[in-house]
Amino acid sequence: MTSSPETENHGANGGIQSGRYYGQGIPYLPLDSYPGKLIAIEGTDGVGRSTQIQLLREWLEVKGYGVIETGWTRSELMQPTIELAKSSNTLNKLTFVLLYATDFADRLEKEIIPALKAGFVVLSDRYIFTALARAGVRGTDRAWLRSLYGFAIAPHLVFYLNVDVKTLIGRVLESRGMDYWESGMDMKHGDDIYDSFRAYQNKLLREYSSMADEFHFSVVDARRSVDHIQDELRKQVSAFLEPAEKQPEPALMR
Amino acid sequence: MLNNLTKTHEYPGKLFVVEGIDGSGKSTQLGLLAKWLTAEGHRVFVTEWNSSALVKAATKSGKKKNALTPMTFSLLHATDFADRLLYKIIPPLKAGMIVLADRYAYTAFARDATRGVDRQWVRDLYSFGVKPDLGLYFRVPIEVSLDRLMARRVKLKFYEAGMDLGWSANPVESFRLFQGKVLEEYDRLVDEFGLEVIDARTSITEQQRLVRKVIAQHVQTSGVETIDDELA
Repeated sequence: MTSSPETENHGANGGIQSGRYYGQGIPYLPLDSYPGKLIAIEGTDGVGRSTQIQLLREWLEVKGYGVIETGWTRSELMQPTIELAKSSNTLNKLTFVLLYATDFADRLEKEIIPALKAGFVVLSDRYIFTALARAGVRGTDRAWLRSLYGFAIAPHLVFYLNVDVKTLIGRVLESRGMDYWESGMDMKHGDDIYDSFRAYQNKLLREYSSMADEFHFSVVDARRSVDHIQDELRKQVSAFLEPAEKQPEPALMR
Repeated sequence: MLNNLTKTHEYPGKLFVVEGIDGSGKSTQLGLLAKWLTAEGHRVFVTEWNSSALVKAATKSGKKKNALTPMTFSLLHATDFADRLLYKIIPPLKAGMIVLADRYAYTAFARDATRGVDRQWVRDLYSFGVKPDLGLYFRVPIEVSLDRLMARRVKLKFYEAGMDLGWSANPVESFRLFQGKVLEEYDRLVDEFGLEVIDARTSITEQQRLVRKVIAQHVQTSGVETIDDELA
């Protein structure tokens, strides 16, 4: 399956406005101006997203910002169903995509939008790009996927933690090992989990990279140390938040 | 973009769907149709809206707590549809069987739009579906369907009556308002997707005669009834 020119309506031509819906959105939840900010941290499994989010959260809270974290497949409504589906073998790629989209819709309406309206900085551990990448490498129509997620809000900032497969393999093996889904074993590259992991993550990384321009990713080199990466994130977040918030006395905040 | 829902399918089997609001009598008609087709020697499979095991749990708990928003309601039904399409609908179509669907994507188009979800978004969402060989829409005025439902059951269901929208605290009044809007949406769909309209106010037998007549144009039958009809 290939993408049709409609894909371009969702951003390749510069149609994305951060903080607004990508597509038609949710008609009964119009987004007028709201004080909150949505920051997404994207990247493949084991790249260090949660560590960075933790540090970012600390720092933001010390600076006086209210922070709310949200993650992928964490909604109250869908988590049991998704876990059930993952553990049994009844899930095909289409229902997988739709279950994730349902989960996301639930969190968007019940967590993200209310938090943004209340003025929080919402840190999203993964965002729709993970869903787009995973489904994209599994052959789901890309234009359809973009239309499906037309109800999502374009984050104010998207950090993409970029890493090469070799580095990734080292990190994953050092920490917790390779798991079935992260290795794309469902794609039946073969029985060898190492080969499967490498082939799958390679495809996934290519898919993420191909979205960088389309969705205005800030690409961060995630091969560097945790502190280096965090510094870069903070620099960009400051530059974005502070003019917007007119921080009175930055010196006192230290 | 996918366009399967508007493109004629190439499976050897046939897909017929019935649509209409609650109380239109569509399920009764589908049951009679299944009886007839089976008696005619066809292998028939019947599938119902929102019936896949996978999604039932989530829909149920969501419904119980009234936790579903129009968007999650819509997406859950699409998930159920995808699950049934791939496991229950396409395999029999490939095997050359007749699949009868009690409600189809059009139900989502009508209900979700009424709940305030973007019309084009829902159509795009379901664009992976299979285009039915025939879609029968049982059109009925609200009062007739309400009378039928009240005669059968004591209580109207929460989501069927559109109670989630908070238009009225009275279930009957809410049903009237919600299903009235759903009817308007269905009317848009008739032309857009070429649905065959059946007047669902007439007698069960009369409707079934008409149903068999239109279905006979798509499948091989002994044809007694239709031949009689054409000679008359």
